[in-house]
Amino acid sequence: MIPLSWYLVVSVLMLACGLVGLLVRRNFITVLMSVELILNAANLNFVAFARQLGDLTGQVFPVFVITIAAAEAAIGLGIIVQLSRLKTTVALDAVNEMRG
Amino acid sequence: MNAQVSVLLPELLLAGMGIFILLVGVLGRGSQRLAFFLANFGVLASMVAVVGVGERGTETFFAGMLQLDRFALFFRLLFLASALLVVWLSRPFLQRAQQTAWEYYALILFATLGMCFLASGVHLAGLYVSLELMALSSYILAGYFRGEVKSHEAATKYFVLGALSSGILIYGLSLMYGATGSLSLAEVSQKLAAGPRSVAATAGMFLLLAGMLFKVAAVPFHVWTPDVYEGAPTPMTAFFSVGPKAAAFAMLVRVLWVGLAPAAADWRLLVSWVAAATMVWGNVAALTQDNVKRMLAYSSIAHAGYTLLGVLAGGPLGTQSVLFYMLVYAVTNLGAFGLVVLLAAKEYAGEKVADFRGLAHRQPVAAFAMLLFLLSLGGIPPTAGFMGKLYLFAAAVHAGYAWLAVVGVIMSAVSLYYYFRIVKEMYLASAGEGEGVAVLSEAWGVRALVVCALATLLFGVYPTSALAFLAPAAKIVPW
Amino acid sequence: MDFLVAHFSQAVFLFLAFFSLGGAVGVVVLRQPVHAALSLLASFLGVAGLFVLARGEFLAAVQVLVYAGGVMVLFLFVIMFVNVRAVGKEAQYLRPLVPLAVVGGLLFSALALTAMWALGRRPPADAFPLVSVAGQEVGNTEAVGWILYREYLLPFEVVSVLLLVAMVGAIVLGRKPKEMEKA
Repeated sequence: MIPLSWYLVVSVLMLACGLVGLLVRRNFITVLMSVELILNAANLNFVAFARQLGDLTGQVFPVFVITIAAAEAAIGLGIIVQLSRLKTTVALDAVNEMRG
Repeated sequence: MNAQVSVLLPELLLAGMGIFILLVGVLGRGSQRLAFFLANFGVLASMVAVVGVGERGTETFFAGMLQLDRFALFFRLLFLASALLVVWLSRPFLQRAQQTAWEYYALILFATLGMCFLASGVHLAGLYVSLELMALSSYILAGYFRGEVKSHEAATKYFVLGALSSGILIYGLSLMYGATGSLSLAEVSQKLAAGPRSVAATAGMFLLLAGMLFKVAAVPFHVWTPDVYEGAPTPMTAFFSVGPKAAAFAMLVRVLWVGLAPAAADWRLLVSWVAAATMVWGNVAALTQDNVKRMLAYSSIAHAGYTLLGVLAGGPLGTQSVLFYMLVYAVTNLGAFGLVVLLAAKEYAGEKVADFRGLAHRQPVAAFAMLLFLLSLGGIPPTAGFMGKLYLFAAAVHAGYAWLAVVGVIMSAVSLYYYFRIVKEMYLASAGEGEGVAVLSEAWGVRALVVCALATLLFGVYPTSALAFLAPAAKIVPW
Repeated sequence: MDFLVAHFSQAVFLFLAFFSLGGAVGVVVLRQPVHAALSLLASFLGVAGLFVLARGEFLAAVQVLVYAGGVMVLFLFVIMFVNVRAVGKEAQYLRPLVPLAVVGGLLFSALALTAMWALGRRPPADAFPLVSVAGQEVGNTEAVGWILYREYLLPFEVVSVLLLVAMVGAIVLGRKPKEMEKA
């Protein structure tokens, strides 16, 4: 049997990858991909807990998360397309005209 | 199942009208006026339906997803009224920007739909899905008007940070699910109360809280707000500052007090520090702003801080003060941003403080309205803002957070400085300097401002009936 | 060999975990967006495998279809469309990964051979046990559907509106600037 903690470790590591990627990478597309990693990590949690608790809710909710992630990706990519029409690069640094 | 579906009438009307607007737009026959009319009709019909469906007490619908109590009733009416005012205020902007309006109105309706479900949700699954509906519609609206780089920058930042906060929230949800075995707020509360809390539950709770504080734009999760509010087209800024923010607060109150109440001792500490930091930083950062939209963005961060006092206090008094402040803040902020929308000349005018120069001489009525809104934001009687803050601070003191109330009062005083900078430009700067811009008198925009101004005065002078209406709404749990 | 068979599920888990995490690290580290996208795809497939191990077969199928099949295709389309090669050139970057790929392939083959060998020795008794829902023994998909359309009906409907919004958004955002309408 696979202990629950193994799943949790994998999901935490994936969450870490996603967070680091989101904060460090300058390319908008890669940032989007990091967000997908975070959501995957959460889904992994849900499924692992579902197996532990014997409750199928943890397998139903990730369906919603996946759907919403896909919708978010579509909109994020739409924003990228928009940006690419205005500028020639999708590096996030270039999108920082407004003073902080 | 039929009886349950009828309960959804307001939301069905919103969704249906949104889809209908999209269809009519695609068919290419209607004019912008028709789109405007349809949007208005949809929102008004939905409001009537909300009142018609009424309250159902603590009965839950759709397998424990929705609870149609007065809390839900109030918030849904608030969101619908805000949407209506935003639609009115968008008119001059849409005409100037010459952008197609069909999708715009549809997106506003869909965002409001998400907000309505947020108001009545008592299950984390429903709350999350509704939150995302509202958020996704908002991201699109932020980037709707092409041609301004700042608008795209705003949409990008809004999106990235919004997606990050959703990710954190979902991860927190997953841990909470693991710890309690359920996503229903009532069951989560039961499980939390029934024994020592596991590490997973605590971690999940704090991540969930962090995600929600992002949406509310509390410090240190506020980073997206100034840029997004400044860059987005002004009617959208008005919408973001009022609609999604109030919806996020509705969710925050429900999740914290219905779901996480047994752990109150822990999160209250964190929230108290966040509230203090938000009030301080929001006001301090606004002091040095020259761009009115950015200033108002920091101001709305500060107002979120004040509202957190009421959230922190909890109980019937605290919750009532939060609800009342959401009402007050909505009319005031819509008014202030609305006036910025109407400051004409070019698309993004009304941005600098200097644009207000001499307004009192040229258009005294508009200047007076702005004065009213600024007084309300600053919390000066006899405006609604004063009443709202009074109740918030009173609730905080009552719940043992007197130090936070003191911080709030001091910071309110500080805020007067930057609000009065605008007043000074309007009234004291001489008209001959010619830098100021004129206020457009577009019919619907003016009507929206009139409504906001009247409401700001009304709730300041006579808050009793509103407060009486909100008192039962504060009973989201048997305190 | 017997050790591997006895702890087969753990071995597969470790393989899939390294696959997913390797893909995740790849997303963060790889310079070229196309490489990062493919790395993400690998990660998704690994996670789908983990879902299967955790008895979430339907979810694994959804993961592959939607994430790997839909979202990744969308990503790759946009990457190609936007032509993000302008960000940076690192053509030789993938060379060091070749030995890793070889090792990964060998591991996978080892696991697959072990599985086949074990199956040949002893047919599976209860590979995917049925779930009990409302007093009936049903498969995973049916069980998920049972709960989805009963308890989670409302979020399901809200998500359908959300998908509509996403479609509208993609069109609105992706529109060419010249397509504007007057009243």
